[in-house]
Amino acid sequence: MNAAHGLAIRGAWHPATETALSTLPATLGVFEIADSSGQIQLIGYAGGRSLFGLRSTLATALADNSSIGLKFRVEQNMQYISRWKELLMLHFSQHGTLPPLNSAEDGVGLGRLGPAIQGDLP
Amino acid sequence: MIDFTPTQEQQALIDLVRRFVREEIVPLEADLDPDASELRPEDAARLEAKVRALGLYGMDVPEEFGGAGLDVMTRTLLAFEMTQHRGGLYAPCYGVFGGAGLAQLYDASDDQKERYLYPMLRGEKHGYFGLSEPSGGSDPARAIRTRAVKDGDDWIINGSKLWISGADKADFGVVFTRTGEGRDGITAFIVDSDTPGFQVRRVVHTMRSTHYATELSFDDARVSDRNRLGEVGKGFALANGRLSAQRIPYAAQCIGVAEVAHRMAVEYSKLRETFGQPLAARQGIQWMLVENEIDLRSARLLVLQAAAKADAGEPFRTEAAVAKIVATEGAGRVVDRAMQIHGGLGVSKELPLERWYRELRIRRIGEGPTEVQKLIIARDLLGRVAG
Repeated sequence: MNAAHGLAIRGAWHPATETALSTLPATLGVFEIADSSGQIQLIGYAGGRSLFGLRSTLATALADNSSIGLKFRVEQNMQYISRWKELLMLHFSQHGTLPPLNSAEDGVGLGRLGPAIQGDLP
Repeated sequence: MIDFTPTQEQQALIDLVRRFVREEIVPLEADLDPDASELRPEDAARLEAKVRALGLYGMDVPEEFGGAGLDVMTRTLLAFEMTQHRGGLYAPCYGVFGGAGLAQLYDASDDQKERYLYPMLRGEKHGYFGLSEPSGGSDPARAIRTRAVKDGDDWIINGSKLWISGADKADFGVVFTRTGEGRDGITAFIVDSDTPGFQVRRVVHTMRSTHYATELSFDDARVSDRNRLGEVGKGFALANGRLSAQRIPYAAQCIGVAEVAHRMAVEYSKLRETFGQPLAARQGIQWMLVENEIDLRSARLLVLQAAAKADAGEPFRTEAAVAKIVATEGAGRVVDRAMQIHGGLGVSKELPLERWYRELRIRRIGEGPTEVQKLIIARDLLGRVAG
């Protein structure tokens, strides 16, 4: 079997609107932001130093980027760093790159899922 | 009576590492996520250069391979210090002192040393230790089901491994396979990560937020006999050879974070007032602090005793097992009491206590669970009748 077995976020996609953001829990967790075609643009996490967890972290991430037409999905998770890395590895195993809005630093020391996947990481 | 007073040289090293932790590591943690186990790359590089300049890089590496070559006692005394920060239990000083790498490679052939050991010590290659399987890890002689079958000059490996750290970032692994029956039926191989048929199947999340384990699979993975590590059937000894000695600094690390937790609890109990009195004035709190003191002092002495026996060249398997049990169990209790004394603050991510609480729970299982340590001690006490 060639596919990596990391699990994607299972939650539903929400449009990047103020209303959708305001209903988010202020908890720790991971999130993905995608464009209207579903291409993931950014994988991030709300960590222990975030002011209002997923709610404020996602609001900041969406404010940093042009959020028109973007959508997001979240997963509450106490293991937010290892889960974040898993999602990055999963994305890398499927696309050979990190999402375009993730920084190069996010890929430093990132592991690989699956068999000898080729691609460039810092 | 055994005197555990550090020598002048040891005390100088203790002071140096203590200062390094307080002045270089702790300030950086203020800007890191509370669960972080890595420094920013530029900080890590800067501090590693400092450690190299101090001559302390690679303190777990034997001198003959270019390391600091510390004895077990000195290494243990430094382990008490290196862990005294938020990320310290599983990332002492965030790795800037370097690691031992895979100790099994010290016994490799010259050719294997050239291809794997030396690049690993130079930080050019990374390896993983592939022992545990879904069927178990504490009893490898029976639990290993991953099979290696000879095929001409090669071996064909089939099976899976579980709870493996670092395999997703590794260039190779030391993989223990079954080539025969029982204890003499285990053979180790060095498997390159680009070997067709090998893959990191998934991440396994645990209570540690940043250090995950992985599950690996080997489907007709072909490995040259040149990559067999040691003799056929001698893998069990290779896997177990250095385990007892590793348990001593492992135990000391637990005491390191527990000592910080205890100091925090003592300080907080004097500051925090309830019903018109500081917590420290309450007998209930005093007794918790006294119990912390007892747990820490007894664990420290037993760990040092094990280290002294190891350095003296005497049998120390029982001492290491006792130290591992007392330190891991005791440190867990100390952090638990410190959290209780801190109340709501204790369980929040504002303080490192909740992280240590989670991570110390794993320590009662890692490097051989408490129950396996008891089995080791019982065998030494009772001989074969203990099973």
